[in-house]
Amino acid sequence: MTSLSVRRAVAADTSAGKPAQPVRPRWTARRHLPYAAAIGPGILLALWSVASATHLLNPHVLSAPWTVFETGCELWRSGKLQAHLLTSASRAGLGLAIGIGVGTSCALLAGLTQIGDALLDGSLQLKRSVPNVALIPLLILWLGIGETMKVVTIALGATIPIYIQTHAGLRAIDARYVELAQTLRLSRWEFIRSVALPGALPSFLLGLRLAFTAAWLSLVVVEQINAISGLGYMMSLARSYGQTEIILLGLVFYGVLGVASDAGLRWLERRLLAWRRVLAN
Amino acid sequence: MASRSGQLVPLPVSVDDAESAVVVHTSQLVRTPGNARVLAGVDLQIRAGEFVALLGRSGSGKSTLLRALAQLDQDVPGSGELAVCEDRAVVFQDARLLPWLRVLPNVTLGLERRTAAARGTAALAEVGLAGRERSFPIQLSGGEQQRVALARALVHEPRLILADEPFGALDALTRLKMHALMRELCARHRPAVLLVTHDVDEAIGLAQRVLVLESGRIALDEAIDLPEPRSQRDPRFFAYREQLLAALGVTSSP
Repeated sequence: MTSLSVRRAVAADTSAGKPAQPVRPRWTARRHLPYAAAIGPGILLALWSVASATHLLNPHVLSAPWTVFETGCELWRSGKLQAHLLTSASRAGLGLAIGIGVGTSCALLAGLTQIGDALLDGSLQLKRSVPNVALIPLLILWLGIGETMKVVTIALGATIPIYIQTHAGLRAIDARYVELAQTLRLSRWEFIRSVALPGALPSFLLGLRLAFTAAWLSLVVVEQINAISGLGYMMSLARSYGQTEIILLGLVFYGVLGVASDAGLRWLERRLLAWRRVLAN
Repeated sequence: MASRSGQLVPLPVSVDDAESAVVVHTSQLVRTPGNARVLAGVDLQIRAGEFVALLGRSGSGKSTLLRALAQLDQDVPGSGELAVCEDRAVVFQDARLLPWLRVLPNVTLGLERRTAAARGTAALAEVGLAGRERSFPIQLSGGEQQRVALARALVHEPRLILADEPFGALDALTRLKMHALMRELCARHRPAVLLVTHDVDEAIGLAQRVLVLESGRIALDEAIDLPEPRSQRDPRFFAYREQLLAALGVTSSP
C-alpha cells in the first residue's frame, strides 16, 4: 500500500515537472490549414497551365486556362454569357420553386394526415425509384420540347428529395414530444406549429440541399435537348465548332452555380437551426 | 371519466368540480401492457392539495400507474374505474423541453396568447430563472431545465401535478435544491401532487402520504406525520425509512 502510493506520488511529480503536452490523436490532421479546400484545385490548375504552356496538351483536346479566361471575358463583354447564365438560373429557379412547393405540401399532407398518407405516400415512394431522366421521353411527348418540359423535369427532380426527407422528418418526431403535447392539450394547429414543423426542419433542409443537386443535374440534361439559350445550349453549340474553351467555361459556371447555391443553403441552415449551435459560439 | 372495461360505472366522486375534495380516484384499476398484469387492481384516492409520494421497486408499475392517471396509455388494455381531474400537469423525468424553442415559449406552450408572456415570466421568476427567458434549453444545466419544466407545469395553475421521478436524473446537490423549491412551490400553490420516486428519503422529506406499490397493488399507505422542516436526523424520520425500506423488501442493516 505504502509503496504504491509513493510510486504514484513520484509519477505525479515527474509529470508535473514537465510542461504539459497537449494530447492529440496521432492520425488526425493537426491543424486546419487556411484555404485547405483550395489547395487541390490549385495544383490541378497549375498542372493544366504548365501542360498547356509546354504544348503537351493539344488545344483541340483541352484549351489553355488563359484561353478559357479570355473567352469568358469576351462573352461577358458582349453580354451573351450573362444572358445564358440568366436563362439557366431562372429555369432551375422556377423548377426548384415548384418542386419545393409541391414536395413540401405533399410531405405535410402525407406526414400529418392519414388520408394524405394513403393517397400520396405510395406513389411518391414509387416515383423515387424511377430515375428522373428516364421520364424525359414521356414528358417530351406530353409537353413538347419547349420550356415547359424543361421546368417540369427540374421540378420533378426537386420534388422527390424534398418530399422524402420532410416526410421522414415528420414521421420521426420524437414520441416524447407528442406525449408532451398531449399532456399540455395543445391544439392540432399548435402541435403542428410548435412541435411538428420545427422538429422536421432539419430533415427539410437536408431535402432542400438534395433538391438543389437534383435540379442542377436535371438542368444539365434538359439543356442538351433543343435549347435555344442557356449554358447547356452554349456548350452544345461550342461542341459543334470544337471550341473546348467554351465547353470548359460552361462547366465552370455550372460549378459556380452549384457552389453558390450550396453556400446559400448552408447560410440558411445556420440561421434556421441556431438552437443547435448556441453552445458552439 | 375513462372506464376501459366497457360498462358504465357511476363514479362515487366528482373530480372536476373546482370545489371537489378529490382529484384522483381509482378503483380496481388494472393495466396489462404487453399482456403483463402490471397494475393488478389499484385503489387510490388523492385529495385536493395532498402531497403523495409513490414508491416502488423497478418494474413495480409506478410509471404505468402514473401514465394511466395522465391518460397517456390509451392503447394499453385494462379495466377498472379511473377518474382524474382535468386540471392537471405532468412533469417527466427528462425535462422534455422543445430544443428549438427558447425558455419562455417552452413555458407558455399551450397558453392563451394574450396573457402568456406575463404568466410565463412570472412562473420563471418563481422557479428562480428570471432573466433566462431568451435562452435555449441546451444552454441550461440539467437542474435549470427541470426548473423550466416545473414552471411549465405551474403556469397552468393545475390542481394536480403528476411527476414521474422528476429529480431522478439530477445530481445529489441539485436534487436537494429542487426538493426545497418543490416544498416552497407546493406551500404557495397547494396543488395535489403525485410524486413517483425510488428515493425513500425524498418521499419522506416531501410527502404527506407515502404509498408503496408492490406487484401491481398498493401494499402500504402511510401518512407521514413529521413537523416541518423535516430533518433526516429526527428519529421518527428514521423509523419511517425503516418501515418503507422493509415494505420495499430492503433491509437497511448489511
